[in-house]
Amino acid sequence: MKQMTYAEAIRDGMRVEMHRDPNVYLAGEDVAQFGGCFGVTAGLYEEFGPKRVMNTPISEAVIVGHAVGAATAGLRPIAEIMFVDFMGCCMDELFNQAAKMRYMFGGKARVPMVLRTPCGAGMSAAAQHSQSVESWFTHIPGVKTVMPGTPADAKGLMIAAIRDDNPVIYIEHKQLLPVAGEVPEGEYVVPLGKADIKREGSDITIVTWSWMLQKCLAAAEDLAAKGIQAEIVDLRTLIPLDKDAILKSVAKTGKLLVVHEEVKTSGFGGEIAAMVVEEGFDYLDAPIMRVTPPDTPIPFNPILEGAYLPSEEKIAQAVEEFF
Amino acid sequence: MDLKQEQLLALYEKMATIRAFELKAVELFAAGQIPGFVHLYLGEEAIATGVCANLEQKDYIASTHRGHGHLIAKGGNLNFMMAELLGRTTGYCKGKGGSMHIADVDLGILGANGIVGAGMPIATGAAFACKYKENGAVAVAFFGDGASDRATFHESLNLASIWKLPVVFVCENNGWAISNAQQNHQNITDISDRASGYGIPGVSVDGNDVIAVYEAAGAAIERARRGEGPTLIECKTWRWRGHFEGDPGAYKDPKDQEEWLAKDPIPRLEKNLLKLKFATQAALDKVKAEAREKVEVAVQFAEGSPQPDPGELLTDVYAD
Repeated sequence: MKQMTYAEAIRDGMRVEMHRDPNVYLAGEDVAQFGGCFGVTAGLYEEFGPKRVMNTPISEAVIVGHAVGAATAGLRPIAEIMFVDFMGCCMDELFNQAAKMRYMFGGKARVPMVLRTPCGAGMSAAAQHSQSVESWFTHIPGVKTVMPGTPADAKGLMIAAIRDDNPVIYIEHKQLLPVAGEVPEGEYVVPLGKADIKREGSDITIVTWSWMLQKCLAAAEDLAAKGIQAEIVDLRTLIPLDKDAILKSVAKTGKLLVVHEEVKTSGFGGEIAAMVVEEGFDYLDAPIMRVTPPDTPIPFNPILEGAYLPSEEKIAQAVEEFF
Repeated sequence: MDLKQEQLLALYEKMATIRAFELKAVELFAAGQIPGFVHLYLGEEAIATGVCANLEQKDYIASTHRGHGHLIAKGGNLNFMMAELLGRTTGYCKGKGGSMHIADVDLGILGANGIVGAGMPIATGAAFACKYKENGAVAVAFFGDGASDRATFHESLNLASIWKLPVVFVCENNGWAISNAQQNHQNITDISDRASGYGIPGVSVDGNDVIAVYEAAGAAIERARRGEGPTLIECKTWRWRGHFEGDPGAYKDPKDQEEWLAKDPIPRLEKNLLKLKFATQAALDKVKAEAREKVEVAVQFAEGSPQPDPGELLTDVYAD
């Protein structure tokens, strides 16, 4: 085990796979000498050279679209889109091309590509540089959606995403990039589709992912002081969804709170609630609740942005209302 | 022209096959045997044929919604194509793609495409893979005049240029972006003019002259194979039918239509072959009859093939 930040762990995952598989390469805006807008790819250009770490023009459609062609022709691209907010510029390449190729072609194509992109609010970057929009991607059959919440998961899921033979959107949270933790060395793989119980508890299940995991863990400490033991299920990958882990926890606690950073309406929390009602209604002894931002764009002013985001206090308060 | 007799006859045979396939598609669609949308390549046969005659199996193409001609020219199997049009399990895509999504990745055919202009980034990426692997292969993107207005055109040509990728962009300017005539959707006549904006060569050729297409594509493909980067080729042609089968094309001026029908690329090559005494009329008629026969065999294959089991709905969403 080694101490590293979430950003370093993402990079380490890419490094391990780039050393193992010569068909893995990285392309995106400012990912080479500049090291990426958030420094995540720093040093990779120096280590792997200009053939495998490529700056692109500001051309999101062809960043994703060329990765689709390269993947189909036998490479394993890691394409970076600088902010998840820019995915509007290249959705066709993801949702009509990458996601559907295998099915449309009768199972005769593989599109093994990773699309890395940062999400999340908390830095006063306002409405076009702060969003969480994972439900855009979970709504596309053919794509897998990965959202790590810790440094170790960031590395293990990156390696799994690169090795996967499907298009994987790997969403890294900007607030987590400097967060440090223990990370296994070498080829550490966290399988896609496996949630992780980040805190055991018997009184209520909190399902969450990405940065909100850290908020929920903090809230759980406060709640423990008040005698409420929350169990925290970190989904880690939204698609494939680990239904069993959610249902098993809800069967134990009888209560479910979902916490996410996407806006409430049509957020992935709605999907989890519907799934639990369909497949685990008898386990529930209270209505399912959600803590999310309201249905607004993200404001610039730090006070307004703070009011927008779920916080430890809001999460703890929502949990207390169950009891 | 340095094409030999057998090469010219091969071009003729390919164009006749595409023609026969498309005329049969007209018939089958009208009879209600083809579900969904069908966009036909009638009148544009010289382009796919002339371009793909320069390609090898290891090379890639990205096709369009009007893709049957590209597939046949790149070596696509007529039986599997026809079965796909009819949605049968023996089709290229097991009946899950249809006319707009036929692909054969093993033949380097990265798919027809339902999204106008979507093939250009994909071909650019395939060309990147060829360069990365140093396998000497190239990629060709086919697209229309309408697609040349899309952002994907700009982004793909620009990226391919700065990365010096072995890709050839073949614009089939058939005069129509659905119902919108070229002069109404772009303020230029020669789409090849746009190449200068990306620092790459651009050339316009008569798209109904298979020899001109063959030569222009050959030069561009050789340039790409030498590692000198992409080329934009505009092939001027005419869409004989409506945008899709069922669109009568009422927006076309009948005089223009008549004029272009007279420029049919197949009789044009036929005249050349006769003049050069490379074939007799009887021999050429035989080629056409054989093409129709192959298509009939494909129809029989398709009609004799099973419909998919409903359980097939759930397969192949993800690779294991």
